[in-house]
Amino acid sequence: MKRIIQIAVGLSLAATVGAAEVAPEAVEYSEYGEVAVSLSGTAGDPQNGIKVMTTRSKGNCIACHQVTDLQDYPFHGEVGPSLDGTGSRWEEAQLRGIVANAKHTFPDTVMPAFYKTTGFTRPGDAFTGKAGTEPLPPLLTAQEIEDVVAYLVTLKD
Amino acid sequence: MKKAALKTALGALAFVASGAFADEDASLVINGEIEIVTETAAAAHLDGALKTVYSGWVFRSDETQAMQADDFDNPGMLAVESAMATWATAEGTNGKSCADCHGDASETMTEVRATYPKWNEKAGELRTLGQQINACRETEMGAEPYKTDSAELLAMEALISSVGRGTTINVAIDGPVADIWAQGKELYYTRTGQLDLSCASCHEQNYGNMIRADHLSQGQINGFPTYRLNNAALNGVQGRFKGCVRDTRAETYAPNSPEFIALELYVASRGNGLSVEGPSVRN
Repeated sequence: MKRIIQIAVGLSLAATVGAAEVAPEAVEYSEYGEVAVSLSGTAGDPQNGIKVMTTRSKGNCIACHQVTDLQDYPFHGEVGPSLDGTGSRWEEAQLRGIVANAKHTFPDTVMPAFYKTTGFTRPGDAFTGKAGTEPLPPLLTAQEIEDVVAYLVTLKD
Repeated sequence: MKKAALKTALGALAFVASGAFADEDASLVINGEIEIVTETAAAAHLDGALKTVYSGWVFRSDETQAMQADDFDNPGMLAVESAMATWATAEGTNGKSCADCHGDASETMTEVRATYPKWNEKAGELRTLGQQINACRETEMGAEPYKTDSAELLAMEALISSVGRGTTINVAIDGPVADIWAQGKELYYTRTGQLDLSCASCHEQNYGNMIRADHLSQGQINGFPTYRLNNAALNGVQGRFKGCVRDTRAETYAPNSPEFIALELYVASRGNGLSVEGPSVRN
């Protein structure tokens, strides 16, 4: 009975505050690395996703990935696979999991985790070379990840 | 004059022959006479991690490659010239110059660069070339050591490298340095920082690939000290390590720390078989 009340209170809170943001350490990954729930609770903006993907101080995804649709932005890398057709090959939950922390999907990948704040080896304070203190700010915010995912699902074959 | 004209013509031909990026079959001959091995079979101690080792020169643009092929075009040679003057100048409480003990560097120092970092039996420690230069200054000359990665120290390293260009990198990894080498190897493969990258993530798994506008090399250090167009100065190995580690959003080690000395030994040994190139020219 007590439990039911708690759930009811939780539901009404969520309804009042709006959907809550999922903190980096609270993200639930499935066995295959998918993240089913929106990290921000707000629908992603694909246009801002493009900005995040092409900006060096943000995701800078094109540093490693080629994307034909983004050819107006110069210098695409070759370290990761091309993202052309990504939206045809992957479900949204898979893409969210890969962008947030690809190691849950591909354990040996060189891809950094963009929504992770603890558990690093010799964590630094951004690009200063000095020691950083965990939890570090994640490389991208919950909303920026949702924006990138919203763009990636539009990349159809 | 005639020679210069010929060189220009050859340079122009080479330029036409290759594409936007380095012609990976290009060969490097400095001043038309010093043949440089820029590609060779990997040493046995790489255990097949690489089949072939490539000098960073291979991955650079045609223009950058050409700068290293002629000492008049290589800005790093200006530092060599200044170090030649230093070489002959007495300094310190003993009133000695480098030349007083070592004579003409171009005759006596040709075999030095290829074997560093190297175990010093008398001191019972592994020394980088820079540390050996400073040990000489302090013990033999009674002079102040140069600061780590200072322009003076890098210039002297460049002089000693330049007279050894074309000799084969042959860094010892066994005996008294075996444990240090193993430590360096572990550091090479340890992923660090918020980007969680190791040296190997880029320079073993992804050499030859573009990362944004940069062409990833194998991170070989046979060309150090290196004149970088990026900062228009000579750069030391461990300063470069520091920049790389910083870029993984990690806490770096300091130049001359035991960790970076171990890493320098290990990375140098990955280039065994390539030629001494310093001062090389890179991006």
